[in-house]
Amino acid sequence: MSRIDTLFAQLRSEHRKALMPFITAGDPDLEFTTAVLRELISRGASLCELGIPYSDPIADGPVIQASYTRALARKVKLAQILEMLAGVAPEVSAPIVTMVSYAIVHRHGLEKYVADAQRAGAAGAIVPDLLVEESGDFAKICRKADFSLVQLVTPTTPRDRALKIADGSTGFLYYVSVTGITGERKQLPQSLIDNVGWLREQTPLPICIGFGISQPQHVRQLAPVADGLIVGSAVVRRIAEASQKPREAVLKEAGDYVASLIAALPPA
Amino acid sequence: MPATSHVPDRAGRFGAFGGRYVPETLTRALDELAAEYEKARIDKGFEAELDDLLHNYVGRPSPLYHAKRLSQECGGAQIYLKREDLNHTGAHKINNTLGQALLTIRMGKKRVIAETGAGQHGVATATACARFGLECVVYMGEEDIRRQQPNVFSMRLLGAEVRPVASGSRTLRDAINEAMRDWMSSVETTHYILGSVVGPHPFPMIVRDFQSVIGRETIEQSRRQIGRLPDMVVACVGGGSNAAGMFYPFIEERGVELLGVEAGGRSARSGDHASPLSFGQPGVLHGSYSYVMQDDDGQTCDVHSVSAGLDYPGVGPEHSYWKDTGRATYTSCRDLEALAAFHTLARTEGILPALESSHAVAKAIELAPGRSPDDAIVVCLSGRGDKDAAEIARLTAEKSAG
Repeated sequence: MSRIDTLFAQLRSEHRKALMPFITAGDPDLEFTTAVLRELISRGASLCELGIPYSDPIADGPVIQASYTRALARKVKLAQILEMLAGVAPEVSAPIVTMVSYAIVHRHGLEKYVADAQRAGAAGAIVPDLLVEESGDFAKICRKADFSLVQLVTPTTPRDRALKIADGSTGFLYYVSVTGITGERKQLPQSLIDNVGWLREQTPLPICIGFGISQPQHVRQLAPVADGLIVGSAVVRRIAEASQKPREAVLKEAGDYVASLIAALPPA
Repeated sequence: MPATSHVPDRAGRFGAFGGRYVPETLTRALDELAAEYEKARIDKGFEAELDDLLHNYVGRPSPLYHAKRLSQECGGAQIYLKREDLNHTGAHKINNTLGQALLTIRMGKKRVIAETGAGQHGVATATACARFGLECVVYMGEEDIRRQQPNVFSMRLLGAEVRPVASGSRTLRDAINEAMRDWMSSVETTHYILGSVVGPHPFPMIVRDFQSVIGRETIEQSRRQIGRLPDMVVACVGGGSNAAGMFYPFIEERGVELLGVEAGGRSARSGDHASPLSFGQPGVLHGSYSYVMQDDDGQTCDVHSVSAGLDYPGVGPEHSYWKDTGRATYTSCRDLEALAAFHTLARTEGILPALESSHAVAKAIELAPGRSPDDAIVVCLSGRGDKDAAEIARLTAEKSAG
């Protein structure tokens, strides 16, 4: 059981749902990332996704793209990100999962990535450009290390393929709510609830919904059918203000925002 | 193991290279494209329609021209030019866009997106879309819009929307990123006409196959005009589509040397060139596993070339396969050598080559003198240089002022 498995087992037994914010490592610097992780987890985030900045992120919309660009402009390196993580992970209650391009994992070395990220305290990885067909070697290494490898299902995924992806995923299954890139949406597709509901009956794996989620009403609407909700761009957009505003204020705003989404989760 | 032409496999692998490294959202569209292409390639009607377009609309076959004055000036091997510059729209890119436009229609899609560097693929896509009444959006880096203005005008005149890309280095790589992002949202109604032998499977295979008409014609023309196959074939390599189309039919013709020429830029220092096969290492970029210029963290490096079409940090996976199997050799040519070759070809033959193609011409000029006058070198003259005239005038003025 990885730390993520333990977390969802506990949440399910308590009939609770997870709220999972995404933040970009090193935006605008690693010191602030540490502070944001501590703040969001202390405000009740059950899990955090830590985005490893990548130069060519094709699944990301303008907000997350720009955060990667800001972080890379300061030449943040993977080794520094993992060092930062090692400093904060033991002190916080929530598991942290890295969101990382396969370009980075491959260059670092598959086994070395798992070993180094795990040593730093990461509980798993989401590799958005590693399809289930290409994930065999990496999945084997992750399984051996009990390091969760979270796979993604999207609205364009046929149902039989969704089952295959669920089989290959560990920790949880990431259900992408929309056909598109990351970024806030006013409305989410109607079919989403049916599709996630169907998939949840097929697999014991926890399912978290991400992409487009930004408002308490999204949380109220989707939380009943999922095990958790992921919110990215709306958090990153608030953190982006750290270059213009006092950092304390930005921290509080991001914390308040995440707390408002958590308050919209159904009561246990 | 020697290289074979029986690649890629079903997973899109050329030996170790290729594959599919993209978000799950795109999988269904890539599977549909692969399936549609498999049906089309054995459909006589599809073949006949494409052949008719290539003949009557593009003007194929393009000539194989014996550049006698250039050969004489070099004083060695005979240089032949495969005149892709004489195609409709002025480059080899149209061979692929017409094929993919036909696939777009077969898939029932009405909107097309594309990326472009030098603008040649953008113009060829806009042209094919106009010809078939498809909506067309072309992504182009702001730096490339600046240095390839004539092609931007042409695309707009052909009814395409040109969307400037301001992210990253504002060149071809960023245009591909933006086109991919558009496709992530529009994939159910839109086909992405990728312009080179790069990207996730099945693109490298489809683009190679549509461009292979270049090599097939060259084999036939060589037999007729030279009486045998050439000793060497030279082509420039950015993503590598003209080179792939030229080389592929020669893969099993072991006696023919294949030479790919990458953009050597200003120097061999990282950031000064765009030569992943010469100076990079295998990695993942834009959906496939191939040689790439990236740092020790896997971040894509900035690259440079005087030619917008070669200014790209990656290369098609089949070129990586040909490099590692030794079937093709890859070298690079500096900006200044390419510019000199541009002027030499203009002066000796009355032909303005595209700056991209000038890299291949430069290599032929360098190698010909060391070879026997009985040797034949074929250069793929992938495009014409009208689009570069203003930029070359600016660079020449800069040089004489500096």
